[in-house]
Amino acid sequence: MRVAGWALLVVVLLGVPWVMGEYFVNLGSQILIAAIFAASLNLLVGYGGLPSLGHAAWLGLAAYISAWMSLKLGLGHWITAPAAILGTALVACVFGWISLRATGLGFLMLTLALSQVLWGTAYRWVAVTDGDNGLRGLSRPAPFGLSLDGATAFYYFCLAITVLAIALMAMFVASPFGAALRGTRDQPRRMGALGHDVWLIRWITFVYSAFWGGVSGLLFVYYNKYIHPASLSIQSSAEGLLGVIAGGSGTLAGPIVGAAIVMLLKNYVSAYIERWNMLLGFVFVFIVIFMPEGVVPGLKRLWSRWRRK
Amino acid sequence: MQYWTIQTLNSLALGGLLFLLAAGFSIIFGLMRIANLTHGSMYMLGAYAGASVLTGGLRVRVPGSDLALFLVASGFLLLFGVMRLARLRQRTMVYALGAYALVAVAACALMLRTPGSAFEGAITLPDFARNMWIAVAAGALLVGVFGVALERLILRELTGNALGQVLVTLGISFIVADFCLMVWGGDPIPVPTPPSLQAPLRVGSVAFPTYRLVVLVIAVVTAVALYLLMDRTRVGAMIRAGVDDPQMARAVGIPVSKLFTAVFCLGAALAGAGGIIGGPIMSAYPGLDADMLPLALIVVMLGGVGSLLGAFVGSFLTGAIYTFGTALLPDLAYVILFLPMIFVIAFRPRGLFGRQTV
Repeated sequence: MRVAGWALLVVVLLGVPWVMGEYFVNLGSQILIAAIFAASLNLLVGYGGLPSLGHAAWLGLAAYISAWMSLKLGLGHWITAPAAILGTALVACVFGWISLRATGLGFLMLTLALSQVLWGTAYRWVAVTDGDNGLRGLSRPAPFGLSLDGATAFYYFCLAITVLAIALMAMFVASPFGAALRGTRDQPRRMGALGHDVWLIRWITFVYSAFWGGVSGLLFVYYNKYIHPASLSIQSSAEGLLGVIAGGSGTLAGPIVGAAIVMLLKNYVSAYIERWNMLLGFVFVFIVIFMPEGVVPGLKRLWSRWRRK
Repeated sequence: MQYWTIQTLNSLALGGLLFLLAAGFSIIFGLMRIANLTHGSMYMLGAYAGASVLTGGLRVRVPGSDLALFLVASGFLLLFGVMRLARLRQRTMVYALGAYALVAVAACALMLRTPGSAFEGAITLPDFARNMWIAVAAGALLVGVFGVALERLILRELTGNALGQVLVTLGISFIVADFCLMVWGGDPIPVPTPPSLQAPLRVGSVAFPTYRLVVLVIAVVTAVALYLLMDRTRVGAMIRAGVDDPQMARAVGIPVSKLFTAVFCLGAALAGAGGIIGGPIMSAYPGLDADMLPLALIVVMLGGVGSLLGAFVGSFLTGAIYTFGTALLPDLAYVILFLPMIFVIAFRPRGLFGRQTV
């Protein structure tokens, strides 16, 4: 039942370029990228109970490393992509070590502060990042000689990576390690008493989550062929967090649905209203007050109630 | 010599401003366990409000759709908050909110039928109002009222849900940022220095900018006043009791709930006043909130949560690091700024003077 649902979703997504125009295919790519980003954040927020407000750091860091290496060092994508992911993971090791000195609100403020370090660096360190101009003139990779410059080709590339990412994250959560992670979320002291190293579990999750955040960052920079410090800003982190919470944190489908909602809102409403940030803020407040559990758990509850009748 | 003297004074003035901002943040966090991410927005709101008072008024031209979004959505939140405060039954509330939504959507649809409609308005203040003290009072009052509304109507709904409260304050900070952009536009608004403080103060061959000295004095006076309030009065003792152990404080009959509102109001008003006091130095510009909030976070993490002394020391430390970092290593100033905080967190998670870990 559950596997069938996911398979159906993938089949529908495979069919998108045949039915829809280029605009929607590009929108689809953006949604897929946002979905990986939100799903990776969900590992921390939903399964680990660690509210991070600095997840855009990983998206931006991977994008900047890849862009910088290909522009300033002239290296090919086969080197820059793994280097970007590796670099992101290494920084995540350090940031995780610092942030996990605290939990809860302290963790949130530390992740926010640390991501601000990267944001400020991207803005100020003009020699490396070109500051407010951003890095432009990038190219998309061509794996196995297949060009990804077309909208459809890039969409399928994103879809393949997304399926892989979601599957691996699902395995991570379903594994004994994932069970231990949920244990540290619900009963950290009991988990400690049972002999689990709570800190280590959280730290590994932090780095793993940053890893997938970095993957989404690579896709992001391939899609836009451009990277600007704004991608590292609080807004960017907050959009990801909104996706997780709107969809339903701690569920596999939630962040995907939430990311899709946020991207659709952003693309459609921005056409009518200049004030996207204001709308983002109101959606945040409304969701937290009126729908704290998110769309997916809410729908699930309705569904089970309907079946019982 | 002159350069370094000026830099030192700049760092002290910035430290003073940071104290006005961070003191409220720290006490709010310590007492209520709310990481108030609107604190930077409150500072910015104060700066803009004060700038408008000092420039003698405000002229706005807002697209109809944007204004409609703001009015309808914030009206919905206000209505909800007020009804919860009045303890209405849930069914009544659902009907009222539903009716409100219907009317609002209908009104918007009618209003927006003419494309490109915009709201225009202007407020002109009499000349005697263009005074620094009135501007500070206006900023503090406006932001204080905003703080009370935020605390009573929205944050109170989410008591016990720390993550929810942070997210709501984050959402509201976006709303305020865009609201300021909508009303005051994207260009920075310079805030004039009061004429009586424009002349530099000369000591020997060195000239000091008088206004920065005044900012420093205001911050120190505020710090002393807050210290006396917290350490020498009954209310202060209650607040300290609330910070140390809210449940026990409640049990011995301290009105913790009222204290929450009062402290939130005080913190907000201080931030708003800080915004306008800092106006002649920093001016009012979009993004001021995002610049100030991380600084407040650093100060509080560095000094320790809920500690006035920590906020004081942390503010001047951060002000100095920021000013000298920018002067010496402009590229990496932002990294240097965060280093002491990271160092302190790594080796002393409760901060320099904090009594509780975050």
